[in-house]
Amino acid sequence: MTRFLTFFAAAALAFVALTPAVDAMTIEKIMSPSGIPAWLVREDATPLVALNYAFHGGSSQDEADKAGTANLAADLLDEGAGDLDSTTFHKRLENHAIDMTFQVGRDYFHGSLRTLNDYRDEAFDLLGLALTKPRFDADAVERVRGQMMAMLRRETTNPNNLASRTWWRTAFPHHPYGRDAQGSLETVPHITASDLRDYVRRAFARNELTVSIVGDIDAKTAGELIDHAFAGLPAKNDIKPIAAATPQGMGRRIVINLDVPQAVVTFGGNGLERSDPDFMAGYIVNHILGGGSFSSRLYREVREKRGLAYGVSDSLVWFKRAAVVLGGTATRADRTADALDIIEKETKRMADQGPTPEELAAAKSYLKGAYALSLDSSSKIAAQLTQIQLDNLGMDYVQRRDKLIDAVTIDDAKRVAKRLYGGGMLVTVAGKPKGLESSGTPD
Amino acid sequence: MLTAVFATPAFAAGDTGPKVADFKLPNGLELVVIPDHRAPVVTHMIWYKVGAADEVAGHSGLAHFLEHLMFKGTAKHPAGEFSQVVAHMGGQENAFTTSDYTGYFQRVPSRDLKTVMEFEADRMTGLQLTDQVVLPEREVILEEQNQRVGNNPRARLSEQIEAALYLNSPYGRPVIGWRHEMEQLTRDDAIGFYRRFYGPNNAVVVVAGDVTPEAALKLAEASYGTVAPRASIPPRQRPQEPKPIAARSLTLADPRVETPVLQRDYLVPSFHTAKPGQSEALEVLAHILGTGSNSRLYQALVVNEKLAVAAGAWYESSALDDSKFGVYGSPRDGVTLPRLEASIDAVIAAVADKGVTAEELERTKTRLIADAVYAHDNQASMARWYGSALTTGATVSDVEQWPDRIRKVTAADVQAAAREWLDKKRSVTGYLIKDTSPQAERRS
Repeated sequence: MTRFLTFFAAAALAFVALTPAVDAMTIEKIMSPSGIPAWLVREDATPLVALNYAFHGGSSQDEADKAGTANLAADLLDEGAGDLDSTTFHKRLENHAIDMTFQVGRDYFHGSLRTLNDYRDEAFDLLGLALTKPRFDADAVERVRGQMMAMLRRETTNPNNLASRTWWRTAFPHHPYGRDAQGSLETVPHITASDLRDYVRRAFARNELTVSIVGDIDAKTAGELIDHAFAGLPAKNDIKPIAAATPQGMGRRIVINLDVPQAVVTFGGNGLERSDPDFMAGYIVNHILGGGSFSSRLYREVREKRGLAYGVSDSLVWFKRAAVVLGGTATRADRTADALDIIEKETKRMADQGPTPEELAAAKSYLKGAYALSLDSSSKIAAQLTQIQLDNLGMDYVQRRDKLIDAVTIDDAKRVAKRLYGGGMLVTVAGKPKGLESSGTPD
Repeated sequence: MLTAVFATPAFAAGDTGPKVADFKLPNGLELVVIPDHRAPVVTHMIWYKVGAADEVAGHSGLAHFLEHLMFKGTAKHPAGEFSQVVAHMGGQENAFTTSDYTGYFQRVPSRDLKTVMEFEADRMTGLQLTDQVVLPEREVILEEQNQRVGNNPRARLSEQIEAALYLNSPYGRPVIGWRHEMEQLTRDDAIGFYRRFYGPNNAVVVVAGDVTPEAALKLAEASYGTVAPRASIPPRQRPQEPKPIAARSLTLADPRVETPVLQRDYLVPSFHTAKPGQSEALEVLAHILGTGSNSRLYQALVVNEKLAVAAGAWYESSALDDSKFGVYGSPRDGVTLPRLEASIDAVIAAVADKGVTAEELERTKTRLIADAVYAHDNQASMARWYGSALTTGATVSDVEQWPDRIRKVTAADVQAAAREWLDKKRSVTGYLIKDTSPQAERRS
């Protein structure tokens, strides 16, 4: 029964703060014998290895009428590969206590592997099999498809999913970013094994492969293991470019009627690309408005003062070809309108006046310190190294980050606050909010 | 004055792990230190040996409500100051409540350990509450109830099953509370509960991270050490369950249900109430029966018979009183819950009648013992592990010897556990189905 809870149905990696362990740690750039580059952090306190990697081309590669293809492929990679059927593959993993995960975002396919040192050869070999020789046996495809359909059906009456999906669909109509990575009840039945093979063939390749490895391992061994997993992949991927997009529907409010005691709200607008020079200023300003700590303006006004919700927050979310600021809350039906009024008022106040110098100083202090704390395991450090690589922030980002934060002035903060929050918001509500109706016109 | 009661040896032979130190201050506070010097950060947690099962009947949700109110300030530090100080450090904080314990934690740079200990020691007895902060927070917990339970049919099912499973134990009350009672909770209820249960002699402090046991002890002595013990803390004797004699079943119909669910909970011993080895056998049984795709239930129901989209089992070992063992499944389209239940029964009967294979046993032990090694990679998980054990009747050495005890579990132990405990008379079976009555389909 935790006291605080962050919302976010949206996939996308939020800006995960780095750790000071990172501050002190040395990142080595290594090259596998076959020529695959990787970042390595040696950490010999625990006898394990954590690998994290990403391929370009996530769910945005799906055809509109086959949305969910990349996601279904990811769910099937450990369901049989090479001459191992699903059951044998799973037994091999568990016999060696190997954790292998696959996850599809809008732009990337992400994978992780965690193994004890004793079993690392087996772990990397199994990963190599899964990536290069997935079987997609009919039996396994139908089983996992059935599980996916059951989940999608469940989501049709889940207010969180309804509010979130409607937000994305409205913000990015006719664009792959508007579709859910899991696809829908209409699209998932049409995905064939050949679609799955096609996705794997187009996305899994040695170019544009990002690899990070953390653990009790030296550079030479790490390079050899990386080759066990990835050297068998094609040299070049074949992914299609995605068009740039700006979120639509600003000023609209959409209410989805559902008989639940508590209305769930998703709100958001245009954000900042990761490469935007104003990104850090925007990141700080958003932290002040609705970031994760218990001192944000939204938290204070919506929860602390009025008790309207258990949680309320928003964050910056960015993709290769679009960026949004996205938030959420859940509140009782007869006070939903009040909660929304406060959120809109606070957002406008931030756009008009920006933060105070005191708030800016406090946020900087928090964000610099938090960097030191969030990466508290080898797996999290490996995932963060991958994100830094995907965002092209450079190997020295960890050292530069404090300076980037300190360089943001109050004038920057005010200017970027207007940029971030001055354009209005798209709001979706699932539930039976009293006195709230859909408003605004479709673009 | 502090007395080090004992400092325990390294993790069980063959496992890597830190040397964990365990101290007791003269005022009764227990301090556990788990050194981890990989990064200059610490996880500081205080665990009070009080939870929802210690509430007085009629005031359900009070332990959790107080947990929220603990953030509302003291005479020395007004509301919000502690959180602001933690935020200034870049730290993270949170709190949690279960039936048996209430915990608060901060993750901060190690140089700030002294400060968070001082704040935490201050609010151990210095909490001040006014209706101005209590009443809006009561709205917050009601929204939390909506979010966790009201909006979630599966959570509603679990709540009903637990209420039916425990005939006498307060474990049948939801930790979040029943809404009609939550709505009536007052400032005086919260302060009364606080004065009864919060004190150094009812708390365990766990510090994991970049600090030596000696340094942590000095800091604890200077902060927590100055707080006088509470005389009022009652022994933890809750009403116990009678011998279960009737299989129970219930059905919850909810218009939002798109995928039906079967969940069955059995009343079983916790680590604390079990005879030696019983809890570990249940742990291994839960894994073989229902953890992951190699498990009996998943293989039979999902893979082979193709009756279900999900199936599994779990066991809660950390509890002061008798705990629960659960099995669950969600049928495929066109499969009824009774049909699914028959197959679940058959899988359980097969384990009880014929036992488990050597391969299953070995695979499960490897996995469970590896989890202990993986836990060492994350200081917060280590702190949680020790904290939950020490507030539910276990000791530091019980935690340290856990991998060894798992190694000793035999196939015969697992079979005996299935026979003895997975008896329907000990259980409540719940069906979650779609409510299709015309009234239920009305949408506003």
